Amino acid sequence: MTTTTRPALPPATLSDDLRDHLPAIEPERTVSDWGRSERVEGLVDRTLYDFLYHYWFRCEVEGIENVPSTGGALLVSNHAGALPPDASMIAKAIQEEHPRPRKLHLTVEHFFKGCPFLSMFVSKIGGVPAHPANVHRLLHDEQQLVLVFPEGAKATEKLYKDRYKLRRFGRGGFVEAAMRARVPIVPIAVVGAEEAMPTFAHVGLLKRLTGLIYFPITPLFPHLGLLGAAYLPAKFKLRFLEPVPTDRMGERAWEDTGLVQEVAGDIRARIQDELVDMVGRRRSVWFG
Amino acid sequence: MTMPARSGGRRVLVTGLSSYWGGRLAQALERDPGVEVIVGVSQDDPTCELTRTEYVRVGTQHALLARIVQAADIDTVIDTRLVVDSIAAPPKAAHENNVIGTMNVLAACGGPDSPVRKFVFKSSAHYYGCERDDPAYFTEAMRRPHPPRTPIEKDIVEAERAVEAFARRNPDVTVTVLRFANGLGPDLRTSHSALLSLPVVPSILGFDPRYQFIHEDDITGALEHAAAHDLPGVYNAAGDGVLVLSEVASLLGKPLAPLLPPWGTGVATAALRRVGVRIPPELLQQLRYGRALDNRRLKAAGYALRATTRETVQAFAEHLRTRDLRGAPGDGYRYEREVEEFLRWSPAVRSTGDDRLGLGRLSRDQLAELARALDSLEARPARLAPRGRESTLRTGSPSSSGGAADSELAADP
Repeated sequence: MTTTTRPALPPATLSDDLRDHLPAIEPERTVSDWGRSERVEGLVDRTLYDFLYHYWFRCEVEGIENVPSTGGALLVSNHAGALPPDASMIAKAIQEEHPRPRKLHLTVEHFFKGCPFLSMFVSKIGGVPAHPANVHRLLHDEQQLVLVFPEGAKATEKLYKDRYKLRRFGRGGFVEAAMRARVPIVPIAVVGAEEAMPTFAHVGLLKRLTGLIYFPITPLFPHLGLLGAAYLPAKFKLRFLEPVPTDRMGERAWEDTGLVQEVAGDIRARIQDELVDMVGRRRSVWFG
Repeated sequence: MTMPARSGGRRVLVTGLSSYWGGRLAQALERDPGVEVIVGVSQDDPTCELTRTEYVRVGTQHALLARIVQAADIDTVIDTRLVVDSIAAPPKAAHENNVIGTMNVLAACGGPDSPVRKFVFKSSAHYYGCERDDPAYFTEAMRRPHPPRTPIEKDIVEAERAVEAFARRNPDVTVTVLRFANGLGPDLRTSHSALLSLPVVPSILGFDPRYQFIHEDDITGALEHAAAHDLPGVYNAAGDGVLVLSEVASLLGKPLAPLLPPWGTGVATAALRRVGVRIPPELLQQLRYGRALDNRRLKAAGYALRATTRETVQAFAEHLRTRDLRGAPGDGYRYEREVEEFLRWSPAVRSTGDDRLGLGRLSRDQLAELARALDSLEARPARLAPRGRESTLRTGSPSSSGGAADSELAADP
């Protein structure tokens, strides 16, 4: 290991493959190393997701076969709703419809990690802070499915009048992550989440006082208090689109910022087109 | 009198011998036949029984350390002296030891004529801190995203910076930095072992942080591994697997008690201190956000961890259940200089059977030479008593290890 010219501390970046050295899974445990709890997840699934998926939102799924059965994949979707229900419905769709159901890791804002109670809950049901290192470890090292919303909070705080108009796709970080991990990107178009909990206005003062990301006025919030967390029964449609492979784009494709932006733009356009198509075909917000 | 041709074993200096890790590491090194000389330095007496480690009571004055290093021709320095837990020392003393002490130790090991070829530095995962926007696993190449918040973290960052500069200035010295996750084990006394020994496991309301521990045996194991192999660079040392605090509590069979509110945590900590529950500042962030290290680089470097985080906590739980039956650790040992010197140097002591100095490896001629040296010594008056205290500084020098060999021969003809 010693060579004559050695780099000073710290060492060179972890370029070598350390996947063989991942910790073994301990079958006695019900909590994963990421803090995901089978018990809590199962409980929420039985009491809430099952109901929302089958009866409240009556989810319809197309193209589930586009989610790969093995290996890592980055799922990218549009995002909406003051308390967005789309992530859990996408995860549930893979559990329900996929021939080989797999766990989905949702990337969430760092904000949740600092939030009492939510921090416990979000990580227990599969939320992972949206740190590039976390996404890379999940995709590349652990070969998992990861869901990101490139629009981020810009999507959830947008007002009802802007529904189904995709926001800017960040700085293309998700494409970079997929390229580094050499995993495909699966775009997803979701219709229904915009109407499940639409935001009509924001109250800046209350946002600052409560320390929340935003303080929205929705059909049920804040005048109905905790009941404001209830969703309206919009009809959900989820369309999984053809995967975009990233492993044939060159050796260090992520360093080509032009290419990264281009791929991000393409994916954004594809989701936007699908949304226009799906909304155009929809006759009723509530019945589809 | 000269020691016959040296077998080429390593000559190791362990700093912080009185610390738990220093003592355990010296014990482990004593069992290694490849280690010829072990000199331990610290300000306080050793806390565990050592057979062939030569203890020198000295602080971190670099002139004194440099003399020991030079005189004993030390090639490997293992610096276990860093205070990484504010339970271990008051803040001022910790700062003095961590920052000024590290500077001095490095100064004693550096320089063009220094015999030191390897420097192993025991650091801590507190280097990374705990923040809201941390990655789930810290790798060695990552730097902390925010400046350190607590005195201990500041010290560790500063000490590591000094080690990094040392590595840059001394390219022919193999510098290893081991960043340890929170240690846990039956004999180790840390803030965490104190908190987990309480009837309930204290937590911050609304948070269930991710926690990673490393077993005390793995701490010494990793240090020993770094001493025996060439591992330049930084390595995270932590057990496999990451538990959440509620899982730790259930493994210990204790309820998780949210004693601290999510807001005004500092005030509540001060109140808890009044009733005797001491939660140091560097732990508060950890109880909120948790932390885990990516330990794969150390595993790739050939170190096989003996315990996962879960097994570590289970072992600790077992210790808690049986500690009343066993009595406190370390009860049986107290360092007495006179006794130690007698055991080491007196001709009256019979060999305990283990060939501590590796005499079995000496050739017939070398043994004959030793015997001749012994004969010439016998003419001299008793060499034990009058040398007194100043002898300690010289114990590491080659001439006195020759003396030790003599007494060994004399005791076991």
